[in-house]
Amino acid sequence: MPKTLPKEYYSMLEEIQAIDFAITELNLYLDTHPEDQDAYKQLTELSEEKKKLLKPFEQKFGSIRADGIDDHWTWSKAPWPWQV
Amino acid sequence: MAKNQVYTKSYHPYHSPDDPCPDPGEKHYSTPPHLYMGFQPEKLPQFSPKEALQKGTLWPALYDPYEKNQKLKG
Amino acid sequence: MWVYEKKLQYPVKVSSCNPQLAKFLVEQYGGADGELAAALRYLNQRYTIPDKVVGLLNDIGTEEFAHLEMIAAMIYKLTKDATPDQLKQAGLADHYVNHGEALFYSNAAEVPFTATYIQAKGDPIADLYEDIAAEEKARATYQWIIDMSDDVDLNDSLRFLREREIVHSQRFREAVEILKEERDRKKVF
Ligand SMILES: [Fe+2]
Repeated sequence: MPKTLPKEYYSMLEEIQAIDFAITELNLYLDTHPEDQDAYKQLTELSEEKKKLLKPFEQKFGSIRADGIDDHWTWSKAPWPWQV
Repeated sequence: MAKNQVYTKSYHPYHSPDDPCPDPGEKHYSTPPHLYMGFQPEKLPQFSPKEALQKGTLWPALYDPYEKNQKLKG
Repeated sequence: MWVYEKKLQYPVKVSSCNPQLAKFLVEQYGGADGELAAALRYLNQRYTIPDKVVGLLNDIGTEEFAHLEMIAAMIYKLTKDATPDQLKQAGLADHYVNHGEALFYSNAAEVPFTATYIQAKGDPIADLYEDIAAEEKARATYQWIIDMSDDVDLNDSLRFLREREIVHSQRFREAVEILKEERDRKKVF
């Protein structure tokens, strides 16, 4: 059985989830408001922020995406999202 | 936030003297904010990303909290 | 194509081992107004809707899979350590003899998922109105599941999912306005 995840896992993950959620909301909004430049700018800024948050998280807890960059293969290791 | 009366409407169904269950009084139903918004205007105020995640939307104008048994309590 | 991210859209926590709640939640897994139906409905309609709103159907359809995964996570957590006896008491005996501990795409009454839940008329307005109705029905289902549940943590995640239906409904309503081509005209005034 994999080691129990520390509290830090949840707090760092939630920060990514929050940024990702704002991206999703802006994405759906832009689908019906393609002319809103401010919203688009905000989306690109959040995408940059997501990249910054992903790096330390993936280094500690493994890749979130199979093409994530790490020093070894962590992607297919448990725990999976529904297990944590 | 208190229950939002604006987005909850109510009615009182007729209660027959022969109805076996006690009259619960008003029944409530949801009429969430999107029903009134029309095409979403640009530049609406936003929640912070953390708060947005917790609320389920980025825009306070679309947020509709739901309380357990809102149907009965309004 | 799709790319998987190894995380849930919103954290899923449950406060107790409660297979009865899992039985209710199955409605949103493989039921008529559930997340699987939603995802398949929108993604299938993409091919016969004007280009202007394809992106919206594509992206909402994709988000529905994230919701399906959240529902599965809830069911998984609520049942994972339950004994066969507990499952029996929760009314899951029929499920257990057929599927063991596996999840299955059915509604809360064990009726298997069917493609007839998903309408596709090939008429953009008919399809979008169907989508709006589907979102409102899913919103209502979440309300009734929250009413049935005393699990505070679970209800927190269910409230998130209910709110998503409101946002999706809003976007589908906007898609109708886009197809009516009223929006651009209004801007001129
Ligand atoms: Fe939805």
